[in-house]
Amino acid sequence: MANDTKRRDFMGMALGGFTALGGLGALYAMKRTWDPLPSVKAAGFTTLDMTIYKENELAVEKWRGKPIFVLKQSKEMLDTENKNMSLLTGKTTEAMDKKRLIKVGDAYYMVCVGLCTHLGCIPGYTPEDKSFLCACHGGMYDDTGMVTKSPPPRGLDIPPFKIDGTKLVLGEEGPEYKKMLADGITMPV
Amino acid sequence: MAHFDENAKPFSHKWMNERLAVDTLKRVLSTEYWIPKNINFLWAMGMVLAATFGVLLISGIFLLMYYQPNTHLAFDSVNYTIMSEVGYGWLWRHVHAVGASVVFLIIYIHMFTGIYYGSYKRGRELIWLSGMLLFVLFSAEAFSGYMLPWGQMSYWAGMVITNLFSGGSLHANGLVEWIRGDYVPGQAFLNRFFMLHVLLVPLAIIGVIVLHFGTLRIPHVNNQEGEEFDFEESAEMYKAGDVKHSKVIPFSPVFLSKDIFVMGIYFIIFFYLVFYHFEFAMDPVNFDPANGLKTPTHIYPEWYFLWSYEILRPFSTNVGLIAFAFAQMIFFFLPFLDRSPNVAPAKRRGLFNLWFWALLIDMIVLTFMGKLPPEGIWSTVGFVAALTFIGLWILLPIITIKEKKL
Amino acid sequence: MKELKIFGIVAVFTLILYWGVEPFAHSQMHKHVEGHGLVYDGKADIKEASKDRKEIEKKFWNDVAQISKLKGDPVAGEATFAMCAGCHMKGAANMGGVTPPSLDHAGAIYDKNFLIALIKDPALATNVAHKYPVGGTIAHPMGPVMTMVTAPQDIANVVAYLKAKKAGEVTPKEAYIEACSRCHANRYGHLTQLGEIPKTKSNIKTGQDIGALKYKEKVAEEQASLAEYLGTLPPDLSIMIRARNEHFMHVFVENPQSELPGTAMPRTGLDKEGMEKVMAYLEKTGDPSKPKREAVGPWVLLFFFIFSILAYLWKKSMWKGHH
Repeated sequence: MANDTKRRDFMGMALGGFTALGGLGALYAMKRTWDPLPSVKAAGFTTLDMTIYKENELAVEKWRGKPIFVLKQSKEMLDTENKNMSLLTGKTTEAMDKKRLIKVGDAYYMVCVGLCTHLGCIPGYTPEDKSFLCACHGGMYDDTGMVTKSPPPRGLDIPPFKIDGTKLVLGEEGPEYKKMLADGITMPV
Repeated sequence: MAHFDENAKPFSHKWMNERLAVDTLKRVLSTEYWIPKNINFLWAMGMVLAATFGVLLISGIFLLMYYQPNTHLAFDSVNYTIMSEVGYGWLWRHVHAVGASVVFLIIYIHMFTGIYYGSYKRGRELIWLSGMLLFVLFSAEAFSGYMLPWGQMSYWAGMVITNLFSGGSLHANGLVEWIRGDYVPGQAFLNRFFMLHVLLVPLAIIGVIVLHFGTLRIPHVNNQEGEEFDFEESAEMYKAGDVKHSKVIPFSPVFLSKDIFVMGIYFIIFFYLVFYHFEFAMDPVNFDPANGLKTPTHIYPEWYFLWSYEILRPFSTNVGLIAFAFAQMIFFFLPFLDRSPNVAPAKRRGLFNLWFWALLIDMIVLTFMGKLPPEGIWSTVGFVAALTFIGLWILLPIITIKEKKL
Repeated sequence: MKELKIFGIVAVFTLILYWGVEPFAHSQMHKHVEGHGLVYDGKADIKEASKDRKEIEKKFWNDVAQISKLKGDPVAGEATFAMCAGCHMKGAANMGGVTPPSLDHAGAIYDKNFLIALIKDPALATNVAHKYPVGGTIAHPMGPVMTMVTAPQDIANVVAYLKAKKAGEVTPKEAYIEACSRCHANRYGHLTQLGEIPKTKSNIKTGQDIGALKYKEKVAEEQASLAEYLGTLPPDLSIMIRARNEHFMHVFVENPQSELPGTAMPRTGLDKEGMEKVMAYLEKTGDPSKPKREAVGPWVLLFFFIFSILAYLWKKSMWKGHH
């Protein structure tokens, strides 16, 4: 009798376990159904013609449904950056200052996802102060997208990009972007 | 006032028992829910139906995530987005289509099992009636679902079936327009049938399934010989350990173990159809987008509606509608038209046995004719089969009243 | 064993039911039409032709057979083809209803006899002579070729040139574009009558995609001229492979008149390779899940097979001592 019960339990457990295995398979299919569609992923590239932007004039583009800030740097702005950078990092080398900027042709550009790294509102730009202010919680960024006032935990995120002549392809990871990632300048978006 | 032990650990067996009576529930719903032992695999069709309904529900949920109930987008959301973009979207769609077709096969098997073994009378009338209600609801569910891909068959089935409500010479065109929300099946029509398909009808189905189970409780499940015996006595015998001589088995795990085996076999066949033979459940004509200016050469309902469609077709409009209404309603009256007191398999009931097989074969003939073009010999065969169907039901009370008591 | 008997009865009735509503019903609804095996010798056309046209068809296909026997010279053919290239080029404009194909892959996908017939008399070759009655107002858009390339040897040369130089490896998509897509869009393959749908961008300030709107207008104009010429807009072929069965498609593409008498669709003249490529493309857009189905199917069936064995063993242990 005891032996019988054991055997019964064993067969029941074997069947239950095997059914659970099938359940896992079904769950995998369900998970795949929730994934973003291939057409959504394929549409995740935006090409920007960098020659059309004007110095110190904020342009807003769209990439993967998010606003993208493009700000061409003027000579004066590039100079100011020395100060900003040195205040925050204590480093003053020119190479360090331009680390957040993207050089296309001879010009430097700030290209960032225009969402505050605090909780995702869109900061506004004041050209006179060359500064971004997020109205939601008062966070501020300078004209390279560096944080100058908390609460944002880090500078504006830089989208993956690839430089293609005078064009910038957002969504593709070029060597310059990979270097930024490796140097900890920005985080994967 | 119930007693709650303050020292019971939260969620412990005792704690749960005091709040939810889990032991009682388990006993009443499974371990001491007694099922007759003298049954065959046809008694598993109920659980097979429940499982198929579950499969339809799950696949439907995932289809719902990408389906667009819009006359401009519906067709491509089904045929393009779901079939080629969504991960495993094709699987859900094929499972849903095959499930919708196969569920009717099982319903018919389930129904004819009930008719054959006389499981609709002497206390079991409500089981039959709630079951018939489920049949009607499943029909509504199937029809409303058929509208959603918005192909040629969807559109023209929507056109033809809603026109039935004009009532022939009654010319109730206002009613037809009210049902459609438009002069022809259009956006309003698609939206409301979408609502019916994904919300109202499934909700009603779930409710009536519970009722169907409930109606089973007091009269108990029938058995292969229609034998009446004392369930309590047999249950005591079973509990005392005499499982060999007891006439009953507990629902769980003994009855369930057989159900699950039958389900295993069923799902082999089911998924064979899903992967290798799904075309039967997806009419080619519905892969042409809906076009209100062009009727397909042949239109016909899905196979499970063919027999009643054929009863409508051979007559003139008014007579056809009456015959059609008769066909839709008559099965509800089975428990009251069968006047014999015998609950026994048909083979032991003389003339009723003949009646049973005649009805089955007649309905298969009607089904064949319903799909064939109504021309020449097929029209005549269909007409005779439709008359036979009506005649058989008129005969039923006469032959059963004369039946000898067994 | 009683249960097996019952199962047998249920299975037999189910199969009879299936036979009646599927294979039998469909065989009654659509008369089976045999194809002619991609041989373009005019036999079917002669058979179909009305009495007064029988002789014309016979003579025509007999001439085609004669030209087919000549040995074509590809080099001479290239020179003659220059006359064709005036219309058959990339980016050609709509002419009398349709846009002439570029013929880049013509040699690889079209049958030799068909090409000969086409140059000799386009309307007869494509079996749409009924659309251009004698004394009627419309002429076949390719009609002028009948006055340009007339000598049997010239025809043989041009066909030899096409077969030699306008061939090469063809992808299913290229074959489809060459043979079908000038009349039939395939939106699941992102193709319109004008070819691949170009990538355009919305204006970020207005949200409007002017490029796409302009392209839509061009497509609409092309479709309108097609519909005017053919009497109806040819259907989108995205999932035609599922709306009609494969046999129908084969026979229809080979000789549209055999399945749909009176249709405006011309015969395409595909050879075996061309037909395979076109069908492969139609299957790709119409039934993209086929490879995935075939990959997953056996595993699911194996799962339920093992499931059933385990369930049977469990049932047996549960029912022990019950009988």
